[in-house]
Amino acid sequence: MSDTPEVNTPSFAMVRTLGLVSVICGIIIVGVYQVTLPAVNANKKLALERQVFKVLPNAKKIVPYFASAAGITSAEGQDQAPAGSIIFYAVYDAANNLSGIAAEASSSGYADQVRILYAYDAQKQLITGIGVISMRETPGIGDKILTDQAFLKNFEALDVSLSADLQSLANAVKTVKHGTKTSPWQIDAIAGATVTSKAVGRGINESAQNLLPKLLPHLEKLRNPS
Amino acid sequence: MSAITSFDEFLNGLWKQNPIFVMVLGMCPTLAVTVSAVNAISMGLATTFVLGASCLLVSLLRNSIPKQVRIASYIVIIATFVTVVDYAIQAISLDLYVALGAYIKLIVANCVLLGRAEAHAAKNPPLPATTNAIGMGLGFTLGLFMIGCVREILGAGKLFGVSLFGDHFQPWVVMVLPPGGFFVLGFWLIVIAAFSHFSSKRNAQLKGVQL
Repeated sequence: MSDTPEVNTPSFAMVRTLGLVSVICGIIIVGVYQVTLPAVNANKKLALERQVFKVLPNAKKIVPYFASAAGITSAEGQDQAPAGSIIFYAVYDAANNLSGIAAEASSSGYADQVRILYAYDAQKQLITGIGVISMRETPGIGDKILTDQAFLKNFEALDVSLSADLQSLANAVKTVKHGTKTSPWQIDAIAGATVTSKAVGRGINESAQNLLPKLLPHLEKLRNPS
Repeated sequence: MSAITSFDEFLNGLWKQNPIFVMVLGMCPTLAVTVSAVNAISMGLATTFVLGASCLLVSLLRNSIPKQVRIASYIVIIATFVTVVDYAIQAISLDLYVALGAYIKLIVANCVLLGRAEAHAAKNPPLPATTNAIGMGLGFTLGLFMIGCVREILGAGKLFGVSLFGDHFQPWVVMVLPPGGFFVLGFWLIVIAAFSHFSSKRNAQLKGVQL
């Protein structure tokens, strides 16, 4: 084979080849997508359930919902969230009572996005636990947010009550320097892992400010789902 | 005779022209995902699959791809199999998918792949092209595995997730951070260069040639 380009290749041949390659590749991609889709969805569901069980141990049934300014709608069977809406999960216990609400919060940490799932108790307007969905924080430093008991204690009863007009949180959730926590809406940072601690606080604040005002007025709908 | 050549073809990539230690190609996944042995093997096998499948297809189409559009065709073919692997890993394990992150998609940009398609598969029939590609892929996997093992043992005190040293082990954290990738890669490059230096010296002595 010579290295000189064949100058007289007809344009049609080039277009035909690229077209042929694209068709073959298109068929392969779509075929594999269709074949793997059920397994991928099952895996995603399993991963979500595992996270939810971590923050709400007595969960039995998890129902996804979309919250938007217009109200809340069931997200069952829908892949894409409608524009401007936020997904959250209503979690029911064995007796089919609403045992809590789980939602995702994410913010950029030291290395990458820190994505966490938090459990929200609508009755007491408190966050009652967090779990990490994904992060790439420094092992031994930033990943202490998973293991540091003193830090996790912040999320046993983190105050996220709404203000009187139900438009935003009464007090923004804030991460404060290690050892200076004074109020129930503050998060005591891990010494040496402030960036990651702040990412958690920022993520929760953004998510709660956005989601809770849309969610709380419609709580009855979640208590009686049918 | 042909069996010997195709075995040679296979061994070539595995050792003599190892993509990581000899050709020093594909450094992005080499440094980024080798924090554990499992990640390294998964990444290596994913790359091996993409290499084998894309070289087979390139080789089958080699006579009908005009030179002017060959790079575009190869990239489309490689991107297709990377997408296939991407879905397959999501279907097998979401944890693994999260651990490998963007680096699965970045297999598209791994120069080992375009290099093999251009330098070998485009000029050879399907069997030797695929054998060579799989050899290269396994060579890549071996390289990643050698780096991944060292980093996991030193950086986490584990191998394949099993704790090796008990609770008293203080992890050498830098080994699972990006600099650790460079240290371990450099260490292996020195070891392998020294090894091949001495073995070629000995071969030369055996043949009675003075170096």
